[in-house]
Amino acid sequence: MGVGGLVLPSMFGKVIAAEELSSAIDVAVKKALADAAMNAAKSAGASYCDVRVGRYLRQFVITRERNVENVVNTESTGVGIRVIANGAWGFAATNDMTKEAVAKAAGQAVAIAKANAPGQSAPVQLAPVTGVGEVSWRTPIVKNSMTVPIKDKVDLLMGVNAAALDAGASFIRSILFLVNEQKYFASTDGSYIDQDVHRIWAPMEVTAVDKATGKFRVREGLSAPMGLGYEYLDGAASGKTVLPNGVIVYGQSYDMKEDAVAAAKQAMAKIKAPSVKPGKYDLVLDPSHTWLTIHESVGHPLELDRVLGYEANYAGTSFATMDKLKANFQYGSDKVNIVADKTQPGSLGAVSYDDEGVKTKKWDLIRDGKLVGYQAIRDQAHIEGKTASDGCAYADSWSNVQFQRMANVSLEPGKAKLSVADMISNVEDGIYIIGDGSFSIDQQRYNAQFGGQLFYEIKKGKITQQIEDVAYQIRTPEFWNGCAGVCDASDYRLGGSFFDGKGQPAQVSAVSHGSSTARFNGINVINTARSLG
Amino acid sequence: MSILSEAQAKAILTKVVGFSKADECTAQLIGAIRGNVRFARNDVSTAGITDNIELSVQVAFGKRIGTATINQFDDAALERVVRRAEELAKLAPENPEFMPAVTKQTYMKTDTFSASTAGIDAAYRAKVATDSIGPCRAEKLIAAGYLEDQAGFVAFMNSKGNYGYQTSTSADYTCTVRTEDGRGSGWVGHNVQDVANFNAGEDIRVAMRKASASAEAKALEPGKYTVILEPAAAAGLIAFMMFFFDARSADEGRSFLSKKGGGNKLGEQVYGPQVTMFTDPAYPGAAVLPWDDGDNLPRKKMPIIQNGKLVNMNYSRFWSQKQGKPEQAQFGNIIMEGGTKSTADLIRTTERGILVSRTWYIRMVDPQTVLLTGLTRDGTFYIENGQIKYPVKNFRFNESPVIMLNNVEEFGKPVRVKSDESDMVMVIPPMKLRDFTFTSLSDAV
Repeated sequence: MGVGGLVLPSMFGKVIAAEELSSAIDVAVKKALADAAMNAAKSAGASYCDVRVGRYLRQFVITRERNVENVVNTESTGVGIRVIANGAWGFAATNDMTKEAVAKAAGQAVAIAKANAPGQSAPVQLAPVTGVGEVSWRTPIVKNSMTVPIKDKVDLLMGVNAAALDAGASFIRSILFLVNEQKYFASTDGSYIDQDVHRIWAPMEVTAVDKATGKFRVREGLSAPMGLGYEYLDGAASGKTVLPNGVIVYGQSYDMKEDAVAAAKQAMAKIKAPSVKPGKYDLVLDPSHTWLTIHESVGHPLELDRVLGYEANYAGTSFATMDKLKANFQYGSDKVNIVADKTQPGSLGAVSYDDEGVKTKKWDLIRDGKLVGYQAIRDQAHIEGKTASDGCAYADSWSNVQFQRMANVSLEPGKAKLSVADMISNVEDGIYIIGDGSFSIDQQRYNAQFGGQLFYEIKKGKITQQIEDVAYQIRTPEFWNGCAGVCDASDYRLGGSFFDGKGQPAQVSAVSHGSSTARFNGINVINTARSLG
Repeated sequence: MSILSEAQAKAILTKVVGFSKADECTAQLIGAIRGNVRFARNDVSTAGITDNIELSVQVAFGKRIGTATINQFDDAALERVVRRAEELAKLAPENPEFMPAVTKQTYMKTDTFSASTAGIDAAYRAKVATDSIGPCRAEKLIAAGYLEDQAGFVAFMNSKGNYGYQTSTSADYTCTVRTEDGRGSGWVGHNVQDVANFNAGEDIRVAMRKASASAEAKALEPGKYTVILEPAAAAGLIAFMMFFFDARSADEGRSFLSKKGGGNKLGEQVYGPQVTMFTDPAYPGAAVLPWDDGDNLPRKKMPIIQNGKLVNMNYSRFWSQKQGKPEQAQFGNIIMEGGTKSTADLIRTTERGILVSRTWYIRMVDPQTVLLTGLTRDGTFYIENGQIKYPVKNFRFNESPVIMLNNVEEFGKPVRVKSDESDMVMVIPPMKLRDFTFTSLSDAV
């Protein structure tokens, strides 16, 4: 349905010892398991079978103030088998890593498919894929987060927390969240694909409390989850951007301690900041904020499974119906160019092959403001009139079935040279928003409401003061048609989510969204302050 | 394999705890068979089954904790997992807030297992799909739905003599029905522990009626309205509020339950006098495990809100000790008291108002006041003079459940519901509320 917040580690699998974090299952073993499953499925009557042998490693270091609350290593290993039999899908998964167990699971998957086949109105149609034989790929990381000593990670977070508290924060919660998905995909198309995917996230939440007034405010970190190794936390100067109001934001490298100190000061300032006057404003949105608006109002509505109604019971459908694609619906202004990309370096969604064994790519969704494409996988492509999948299938575990998930969906930078300062200098009455906050959107992706972390009033081309209690409400097409400019590529940065939720049973996926700072004219801003008496 | 008998589970746990050389050791087994069928566009889209069992071992040396897990059960594997947990504990820093494992506890009996739910197979799931799709096809409506069933067990043992074993089942059915032209949408949900009385063919009629009746929706101006929230619509707001019932956050001054100047609002009139809420692990039809997930403290019936006064919050063991409070289990379920009226009865006594079938994508806007935003979905209707007059376009709301529960006109008869926002088992009444704040219209159907 959308991106989630911080999640406890218990939902991600079993917990393992540190020494296992640098190991992997032998490829020959994975191939033997996959062949056993595919042979059993074919013998039972499957016309197609794919097998995913997965080992999902995660490490969490969880702290609050001056305490380490937990250090957890988790592993989830098993095999998921998907088949088509009698024209219907069936799926079964087991954590028993023996040939006998996976063969049995393959038989269960075929039985499930056959049980559902009589009620089907039409057989499943798969867009063709040519087998690629045995291939492998790895996220191009510099430092494997899993092998960095626990002590270094604890020292980092304790230093971050101390810096925030010394700078005046009342509380801080900081976390390191490290992911390694070791994914092996095999199918009866003739592919055996071994991929080693790495991701990192370092969220924090800094709280300031004013006991006299009873007010409290939170400023979350301005980092992004990334498809990078531990090098992301080096805090390199090349990763920093100082915005016109002095706020520091981050690109390919994050200085967590610096951000914690700033967060403490800004959280305290939020308590005293004046409340926004509701009305229409021109918004200047930093990429640390815009990623979430792109995600909810473009990424999701242009997922073909939603457009077709496959998500009608949970995540919802889409206003961007197929007739709008045929008519090249004016989704946004001519400044709006939005691409889907499963190959973007450093992004959360980057892989070489998706979870259906389809080679990944970059493609257009919106060009010069016009709707030109969706995100589709193998069993949907024919409905859109296409002969190939876009390569955006994903499953968050060996135990869940793969389905269509959002690629990295990003707003391209403006082609003309335009800095953030120049953009702001032309705004008469606006609000500058940095960081993502509250978010909610309807089931067809029309009406959305977004908050943020930091809000600054703009008057006559100048940033005047920090303000609070801001949320803006949009109707998606009007919002994107109100896009009056996008800064150039020098300002381009990624944001993203580790926890984009969708599907039943619910699955999460990690996805990035890039943009440069962008301006949107005439947007409705509400005041969110209330009193409980 | 995934549901071990008590004897099988106890034998494994006894061995594991016996292997440990740490100051203390807690072992837990969790196993489940989960089945599902998903359908959309009047066809089954996916169906599957997952079989999994895991053993986790947590040990402590002083205030250093380590945890490891394995899914093999021969003696060598069991000893290996204990040694791994011990190694991790020796690497971990001390946690000043460490709490030792609990000693032997006495747990109440709770009825969490149903043979009929455990007996669900692929044919049953396929029938649920066809029972949902068939009537929709016949009336040119489009069904998208989901059934998930689960049968499993949990068993734990620690080196201080505490032990527990329990089996449980659950089934959750939801279905959204849309008109072919996409102008109407209805929904039905049925969350149960025992499927003996579940009939998808009957439930689907509710969603079909709402789908047909919600087409031709008219636009009303956003603003403050008297609303009737059906239990499924109210559950999302209540569930979200319950995430913020932590006593420590309140005492630290960062919760809507914090008191100006320090401390929390225990004993204060936070809600309207009609509001009474409690937790009860043995509540008929909504029973949960008799211990909590974190420390295996025994759950018991406990009031949370009485006639609008806050009488209990969630306390961690550490915070209980620090505040000099007796230890208590985390809430396992939420039961709200109500009346005897149905939603239809509440409509009959409403002069003007909005009926909300379901709420959607609820998110926190301001934790200071628990201001939540979200939308109505799948059946929103205008009520006039005790009757549903016409369907209305969906609204976005910006409302605090605290303010909402101070504006209660009347509660109806509570029913078990599952919120999109939480896995907690909830029993929630339909609610008639005045001055509910809608801030904009949505074109979504």
